[in-house]
Amino acid sequence: MAINLLDRAGGNVDDQRFTWKELVSKPISKLDDDAFTRVRVILMNGIELDALRLKQMLIRMNREARVEVAKLMRVEQHQATAINWLLSPDHSPLETTIAYEQVAIELTASVAQNESDPYLAQGYRYALLEDFDHLYRYSALLDRLEGKDANNIIQGYTDIVPGRPTLFHHRAPEDDLTEPYGRNAALGSKLNAITLTGGEYQTHDYYMNVGPTFADPLARQLYAEIASVESQHITHYGAMINPEEPPLEKLLLHEAAEVWNYNACFEQETNPRIKALWERFLDYELVHLQVAKDLFEKYERRDAAEVLGDGSLPSSVQFRSHREFVRAVLAEEAEMRKNGTRFVDAAQENTASARYREAMNAAGSPSQAVSAEYFWTPGTEINRNMGLHA
Amino acid sequence: MESTVSMGMNRTGLDMAPVSGDDMVDFARASAQEAPPEVGDSVALHRAYIEEADPNGSVPLPGTVKGMATTGMAKLTGDKPEVFIDKLGERLAFERTGARLYEALILKCAAHQGDMTTEIRAAGTVITQGDGGAAADAGGVDLSVLKRIHDEEEAHFFLVARALTTLGADPTAVTPCADVAGVMAQGLMQTVTDPSTSVPQSLSALLTAELSDNAGWELLVELARQLGHDNMAVEFEAALADERRHLTTVKEWLRSSVLAEAA
Repeated sequence: MAINLLDRAGGNVDDQRFTWKELVSKPISKLDDDAFTRVRVILMNGIELDALRLKQMLIRMNREARVEVAKLMRVEQHQATAINWLLSPDHSPLETTIAYEQVAIELTASVAQNESDPYLAQGYRYALLEDFDHLYRYSALLDRLEGKDANNIIQGYTDIVPGRPTLFHHRAPEDDLTEPYGRNAALGSKLNAITLTGGEYQTHDYYMNVGPTFADPLARQLYAEIASVESQHITHYGAMINPEEPPLEKLLLHEAAEVWNYNACFEQETNPRIKALWERFLDYELVHLQVAKDLFEKYERRDAAEVLGDGSLPSSVQFRSHREFVRAVLAEEAEMRKNGTRFVDAAQENTASARYREAMNAAGSPSQAVSAEYFWTPGTEINRNMGLHA
Repeated sequence: MESTVSMGMNRTGLDMAPVSGDDMVDFARASAQEAPPEVGDSVALHRAYIEEADPNGSVPLPGTVKGMATTGMAKLTGDKPEVFIDKLGERLAFERTGARLYEALILKCAAHQGDMTTEIRAAGTVITQGDGGAAADAGGVDLSVLKRIHDEEEAHFFLVARALTTLGADPTAVTPCADVAGVMAQGLMQTVTDPSTSVPQSLSALLTAELSDNAGWELLVELARQLGHDNMAVEFEAALADERRHLTTVKEWLRSSVLAEAA
């Protein structure tokens, strides 16, 4: 049945409980599950962690909503756990990193194609080419450090070639900003920006945590470099979110984003056990959305329909290979740069970014060093001379 | 024996790529030809870090008066007691972790055999209540033998701890080689404690551990003799004999379980 965000949801947050056994269920198979099952797991963990992040800020700035928000956070903490613990322990941190970049690429490609605002769509395509390059650099590291083929993780859905070289991602802070969507922007535009911001946050935090666990100095440098870029991406996407929205409107929109994303996962999941989890959490989120609508209408004294429109869900994220779209963007837009909030040709790049980049790369570039003369070969570059599939 | 290996929907290889794999390969190669050459020297980067690196730590100073006297005596004879202490620390750490590895394997084997009588006390000692005789066939692994190996690993830990105490060294400290042994064991522990790994897969991890452990004890015996600790050397030789038996046993369990499943 089609979901309408304005429908009143039954159920109670207090009934959304877990046992530790439910939080730690049987993980997915790294070898046998579809790569997009893992993509959805990573995405939804990122969305839930962002839900927690927003709510922690909310209780610091809104007295009336504190109890309801605390209750929501308890459930969301455990939703995030139940989801993230689905990643099986045979994933090395670097293999998980490859999966994170696949999430960034395929999710962003889907969002970029769905986005109705041309400026925001440009913003998605811009950062898409950067995460696309990160996949290539990390694939070189996985091959050369662990002797593993990144395609064993991404399962042929995503190309492994250079994008906009990571070397050029390092910008002056003012050039990371984007223009925010307007108050009356389409609901889909708002949910896109919220989703991408949450995704990038998660990626950044993951790299900041696992980077120091590597022994290899080049790996440590590469994580340091790309974590810095992911921090820029949080700003890039976070700046798309309208800063004039009051906190309870942000809460309402975030809950709508969670409903929207869980629904997409539920629609497209191929693993029946995981599909049941998405369905359960979709039901949970409809209740959370109801709590947010009630808080918004009570304290903001506005109708939730002002934010949610007619209540219909925007088109779902498409969890599939967007190879042709990505290749087209790569061919057309790899040379683009930033100048303030504008996307410009390389010649018009802000000189502050060029100076910043030069300083950061003064003692060498990890992303260049890791991939010198590298091109992806099935079975790793050691297999290149064997000619098996190469 | 329960089957642990089966054909299925493994999606990792290029042959299973649902979207055209050949196109992906061609695009990767063509892109490499078009891309400007990367500038970066991975070798120089690594070399610089290796040259700048500090050791991972030091061998702790003896904490007792007796210890200082003992190690001081060794210094006078021209020996470097810190080398011996470091390697003793490594064995101590390895045996302690080894005991935990065997506990994890015992749990797994018992679960596969439906043996509900095995308990593992927090302190590490494995005991059997009731009918432990059910232990027979998790890939040919005999639980009672497995428990004996575990107990011997634990006994070896105590043996090394006593040796360190005799030298005035602190058996609760982590020496540099002990730290490295812990890093090396991470993969083994991940393998054996994962509920999804089979008994033969876990035995493979234990085989790696036992091969290393055997070489470690051989070195320790030689080191003790060279430094004149003959009593220790005799005790270490007994431990080495145990470890040789462990290696043979684990290797045979692995061999027979794999051959039986392939038949």
